[in-house]
Amino acid sequence: MSNIIAEVDVLVIGGGTAGPMAAVKAKERNPAAKVMLLEKAHVKRSGAISMGMDGLNNAVIPGHATPEQYVKEITIANDGIVNQKTVMAYARESFNMINQLDRWGVKFEKDETGDYAVRKVHHMGTYVLPMPEGHHMKKVLYRQLKKARVEITNRYMATRLLLDEQGAVAGAMVLDTREGTFGVIRAKAVILSTGAAGRLGLPSSGYLFGTYENPTNAGDGYALAYHAGAELSGIECYQINPLIKDYNGPACAYVTGPFGGYTANSKGERFIECDYWSGQMMLEFYRELEGGNGPVFLKLDHLAEETISTIEHILHTNERPSRGRFHKGRNMNYRSGMVEMHISEIGLCSGHSASGVWVDEHAATTVPGLYAAGDLACVPHNYMLGAFVYGKFAGESAADYATGRTHAPVDEGQVARESVRVLGPLNNPDGVTPSQVEYKLRRFVNDYLQPPKVTRKMEIGLDRFAEIGADLPFMSATNPHELMRAMEVHFIRDCAEMAARASLYRTESRWGLYHYRVEYPERNDADWFCHAQLKKNDAGDMTCFKRPIEPYLVTLDEHEKDAYNRMRIVKQAAVA
Amino acid sequence: MPMTLNRVAVPVIVDQEKCIAGKGCTVCVDVCPLDLLAIDLLKGKAYMRYDECWYCLPCETDCPTQAIRVDIPYLLR
Repeated sequence: MSNIIAEVDVLVIGGGTAGPMAAVKAKERNPAAKVMLLEKAHVKRSGAISMGMDGLNNAVIPGHATPEQYVKEITIANDGIVNQKTVMAYARESFNMINQLDRWGVKFEKDETGDYAVRKVHHMGTYVLPMPEGHHMKKVLYRQLKKARVEITNRYMATRLLLDEQGAVAGAMVLDTREGTFGVIRAKAVILSTGAAGRLGLPSSGYLFGTYENPTNAGDGYALAYHAGAELSGIECYQINPLIKDYNGPACAYVTGPFGGYTANSKGERFIECDYWSGQMMLEFYRELEGGNGPVFLKLDHLAEETISTIEHILHTNERPSRGRFHKGRNMNYRSGMVEMHISEIGLCSGHSASGVWVDEHAATTVPGLYAAGDLACVPHNYMLGAFVYGKFAGESAADYATGRTHAPVDEGQVARESVRVLGPLNNPDGVTPSQVEYKLRRFVNDYLQPPKVTRKMEIGLDRFAEIGADLPFMSATNPHELMRAMEVHFIRDCAEMAARASLYRTESRWGLYHYRVEYPERNDADWFCHAQLKKNDAGDMTCFKRPIEPYLVTLDEHEKDAYNRMRIVKQAAVA
Repeated sequence: MPMTLNRVAVPVIVDQEKCIAGKGCTVCVDVCPLDLLAIDLLKGKAYMRYDECWYCLPCETDCPTQAIRVDIPYLLR
């Protein structure tokens, strides 16, 4: 019989940003519901914002922006491929969520009259709200979790979702990463909020854990959703970010831009009009990096001392506070030189681009009872505030779904198979270590998937990923920690295959560098103005198919449609 | 398959004088998002057990006795 660890109404998997919000809102919706928050690390300091965040990138605040303007901006930034309903649902709830966080004690920047001090960073509208004291974000969330009496289970990872006979979600199979024991949590509804697939590409430093994303976000939720039969969307629209070279964290242009800092080439000249992260911006960044004017830098040395001190205070206390000691080690000072930049390894993340688990405007996936929110849920450019808003939607939807339902019977066959897969590495004393398999896998991801994308390379990549798939049962783990890493290698391999297949499927170029296919360099709206979906079919194979784009709620003016394709400053000759 | 141990310099340094793990403190072990730290039960001190650091700093920031220093990993420094 299965080792049943808990029976709950709503199980939230992932306690970073969206997860705590989902758990609190599920509990608010139905105080009688049993809500469990499962976290691979510890909820106090987990996820992408473990050290806080320096601002909101997508605040839709009356007087500064309207939901319609925001939907338009994201539609254009994402080259038209959006389900506007989901973006609009976010935009309409954005201001309420900011006020909610403000009441909870999050400190936003305000002007002398007490209004939110919003800044312009995007190409068209004004949506950036700084949080100079944003390092306390996790503490604020933790307090709310305790207040709402959410049951928190730390140091557990979900390895697969449990399904009932009809294919609806019935819970999750989990591994205690401290004890190495395997068990089942029965749940009437499950919310995935496990963040990005951040350990997909290998950073150019070669250091496995020197990633842009918190490396504990290994793409768990992408693989969990896939194996449960959920649709994923836009996986070919990779996440690639401009980062401080070697340190591999953001510089961060959103913070420095409003103070007068900007991205420059080796001559100290601007070459892009807008530092907002989009695929089109990344393509210009890539061209400059590889061209004669490279490399690329963040330029601050022209700013006044007090401005630089303010920037330093924000950058060295929030999000990635070790930036300061990295610069010190390189004798780098914002006052006297430019910061060398580079582009990140590839990842999957809808928080920044559009690669994620397909959800509707209620955070529902295509699997009954399964919801998703945050970086892994496909609502383009959703960022932290989008994670909170969709966390709220997911919590409320899941609480409603669970009400009046009973637990589905546990399918012992599923549990037995999964138990063998998960515990296998403990019985292979002579196998390969998870870190060796991971290094090789992620090096292949760089070799074969990093844009510009080449068809034959991606096909070879698929062969290599299949070979690594055959190696996985022979990994060796000597303790629960290594076993957790071994299971993450399974997730990373699944994400690598998804990235390759989705990229091969869309035979055009779109989203700048994110999906730049050398053999199909042009955008082809006639054939590809649609979502490209990916799922496991009934035979167990990975398949791709088209999903039409629903009629827009907000129409675009002709002259606006390619605004994000005019990134390069025109005084320079266009680079082919 | 025969195994070997590769020596690496770790980025999380614990001040043996200041660390109070022997008195039951486990703050740094609790907050590490990657679960890399452990308590040496014989010495009663925290130490870095796995070289998988994201140099994110919760261990250093949350330590009640300021016993921890996080360096940038050598490969990135």
